[in-house]
Amino acid sequence: MKVTRVAAAGLAAGIFLSATACGSDDGGSSSGGGSDSGDVTIGIVELNLSNPFFGTLQKATESAATAKGWKTMKAEAKVPGDSATQVTAIENMIANKVKAIVLDPANPTALNPVVKKARDQGILVITVNATLTPIEGADATFATDNTAAGKLIGQWAKASAPAKPRIAMLDFDLSDGPAGGRHNGFLEGYGIKDGDPSIAGSALTKGTIETGQSAMENLLSAHPDINVVYTINEPVARGANTALKNKGLADKATVVSVDGACSGVQDVKDGIIGATAMQFPSKMGQLAVDAISKYLADGTKPTAGLNDSGTTLITDKPVDGLESQTSDWGLQNCWGEK
Amino acid sequence: MTTDVVLQARGLTKHYGHVVALDNCDFDLRAGEILAVIGDNGAGKSTLIKALTGAVVPDAGEIRLRGEPVTFRSALDARRAGIETVYQELGVAPALDITQNLYLGREQRRKGILGTVFRKLDKPAMRRGSARQMADLGIRVQSIRQKVDTLSGGQRQAVAVARVAAWATSVVIMDEPTAALGVRETNQVLRLIERVRENGLPVVLISHNMPNVFEVADRIHIHRLGRRIAVVEPGRTTMEEAVAVMTGAKQPEDLA
Amino acid sequence: MTQLDDAVLLEKEDRAGPLRAALSSQTAGPLAALVLAVVIFSATTDSFLNAGNLSLIAQQSVVVGTLALGQTLVILTAGIDLSNGAIMVLASVVIGNLATDGNVFGALLAGLAVCLVLGLLNGVLVAQFSLPPFIVTLGVLSVLTAAARLYTDSQSYPIDSAFLTALNGGPTVGGVTITYGVLLWIGLTAILGYALTQTAWGVRVYAVGDNPRAAALTGIKVKRVLLSVYLTAAVVYAFAAWQALGRTPTADPSGYSTANLDSITAVVIGGTSLFGGRGGVVGTLIGALIVTVLANGLTQAGIDSLYQQVATGILVVIAVAVDHFVRTRQTR
Repeated sequence: MKVTRVAAAGLAAGIFLSATACGSDDGGSSSGGGSDSGDVTIGIVELNLSNPFFGTLQKATESAATAKGWKTMKAEAKVPGDSATQVTAIENMIANKVKAIVLDPANPTALNPVVKKARDQGILVITVNATLTPIEGADATFATDNTAAGKLIGQWAKASAPAKPRIAMLDFDLSDGPAGGRHNGFLEGYGIKDGDPSIAGSALTKGTIETGQSAMENLLSAHPDINVVYTINEPVARGANTALKNKGLADKATVVSVDGACSGVQDVKDGIIGATAMQFPSKMGQLAVDAISKYLADGTKPTAGLNDSGTTLITDKPVDGLESQTSDWGLQNCWGEK
Repeated sequence: MTTDVVLQARGLTKHYGHVVALDNCDFDLRAGEILAVIGDNGAGKSTLIKALTGAVVPDAGEIRLRGEPVTFRSALDARRAGIETVYQELGVAPALDITQNLYLGREQRRKGILGTVFRKLDKPAMRRGSARQMADLGIRVQSIRQKVDTLSGGQRQAVAVARVAAWATSVVIMDEPTAALGVRETNQVLRLIERVRENGLPVVLISHNMPNVFEVADRIHIHRLGRRIAVVEPGRTTMEEAVAVMTGAKQPEDLA
Repeated sequence: MTQLDDAVLLEKEDRAGPLRAALSSQTAGPLAALVLAVVIFSATTDSFLNAGNLSLIAQQSVVVGTLALGQTLVILTAGIDLSNGAIMVLASVVIGNLATDGNVFGALLAGLAVCLVLGLLNGVLVAQFSLPPFIVTLGVLSVLTAAARLYTDSQSYPIDSAFLTALNGGPTVGGVTITYGVLLWIGLTAILGYALTQTAWGVRVYAVGDNPRAAALTGIKVKRVLLSVYLTAAVVYAFAAWQALGRTPTADPSGYSTANLDSITAVVIGGTSLFGGRGGVVGTLIGALIVTVLANGLTQAGIDSLYQQVATGILVVIAVAVDHFVRTRQTR
């Protein structure tokens, strides 16, 4: 009986968690710290590795560190938003006297106290992929400027859009930093605001194929005239495409997305996605390790605040005045499994 | 016929390590009687009941059912021999209805292909059967379709008794059937026990409640130190005397 | 009690038909909630109440709805299966991978085998070793989530086999597609509903969930019943995997990560008690539809999707509270 009660309680909690804690496909971050010579160990704290983006970021950071002859301590959140695991991991890393920590924070504020504790011990903390709030909480951040990424696809969509645009917004929880940045960036690039009449509707996804499909189906049911689809990431775009295809509307709607995963770039090549903004997780990890290296060598701290690791628009239908690369270029530079 | 012994045990012995739970114990249950078994805690009466219902295999001794030697290796063996037990904890499934409880583990299937291939239950037949059984025992409920959890504690125990009485062909054993019940509900169950006897089944009643025992029992088996030390009749022995024998304050030979 | 009472009582019983059984008090609440939601959305949006959208709602319900049927069996035994989504995902990626060789039928059978082996594992650990289902399936969930990623190298497999995606097709009646997946879902509900209410196995499943000691005392082989439940659920999960491939033609190891909790949500909203012994698959079907209707209707009404989760959460709490109230009132 006791066990079933615990089960019931856990369940209730779990159901609400599932409602709020879902993963987006945006990046992770890392940070490193250190001071002098001898054995250098850095900590790498990632988000849930079930997402290939975070896996790529972790591997890139680790191999860059290994190339410098450093040791690494690794930890990752179990599920999206799992900052508790990250806090524990950082505490362990402090105890193990790492020189630097590369952190992809699961939450912008929950990690502030433990990051402060680490920095008070002289550990350099660099966040990658996402930022703390305030951003000065960490020594530096290397991340995709998600607003800029959103803006790129917004501008491209505007330039490619039909005369009477009807826009669907397939979002991820907007309290998530990258998700909010992409959403706002898209609107800014398109030159509209939330509530603009050209937005037919918006729906929340969990950043996965099947939730993208359901969300698109629901919007299409109410608004069969949708012809521009903003998606939070490429799996959602894939799901949206299935929904459009099932209704025979795939040719009538343009889908834009963010990520630049190899599978997503392939979808651009196959015409499933019109344009996507590629981000560069490997570069984030590499930049973080370079900054740590510099700090360990001569004590120079990296530039505080957001250091953009860059975004590139990938499309096979370029528009005037907007720099872009083809899907073939994208397949050379993408991340994740091809 | 009324003095025929239905269930008999001779020389039952059971050791648990150095502890002697049953020490050359005898037992006799006659047809058509309510036999109460009383004894102090630790006297070994529950081991005796377990031996008679197959839950415990004795080290030595013999059990006879209607004169035939029987060996119970499991509770299922005893049940197959027609010995059914009502336990102290309510042996009913509260979310099921009365009929489902009465037929639990012995469900009847439809005749023909519906039963053999589609395994369909014969609900009407089971409902008729349980209605008859409840009526036979004089148990009043609004509907046999009622879920057991809508019944009072006494009615639930009545369902448990009805279940057992329906399937027992030789003996009904009741292990503290009224321990969890209030006065009024206890009386209902005592009437039910008498009704079971009237319908032809002998009953073994294990109870700590002396007034109850003296109210319904035909004979009382007094258990002490792992054996039967006396069998008394309520009309000829007082409650005080029985308790004195049970606790060792008085020797059985000293009884009037 | 007299013979007269007996006769009255029997007459009353005979009037009770299967319809009344299906619409028993346990499904009345969920059904009322579903009807209420449909009425509200029909009145407040133009696009909700049309055959196309209702067909869509059914299609969107099938994967979690099918998983929830298996979950219902487990919960009726006072268990819980946190691993069902992961079992389905592993089966679907195994099917997706093997199907790349072209033997789609063999791939589907392999998916069924995956489900059965894992159902057997859960069942043996719960029944034979008497371990708490919550912990057993939590462990299996964790292992399988990793196993699906390792097996696929975090890759997803596009499904192009007409056979594997067949459940997404179906006859079109009056311009509306009724998919085979929806028909399969309803069919499975009917079969399991029959097994639970019309066979001895069903009565025993309820008894084991309700009071395992009493069930054992009546001679029911509790362990065997539990094992049969986990294996039956596993077969249902295999159907869910097929449903998932039909609906979203990609076998994705990251997909359906909350399907286990979603299936429990559907079961609970459908009126089945987490404490076992009470409820049924018809309620679960309704529960799954309620969750989808809320998501679909609120999206169409242009309401922030976070409120879908609020609404679902409130319904879960109401359902659990009603169950708690029913049980405490009756076991007073």
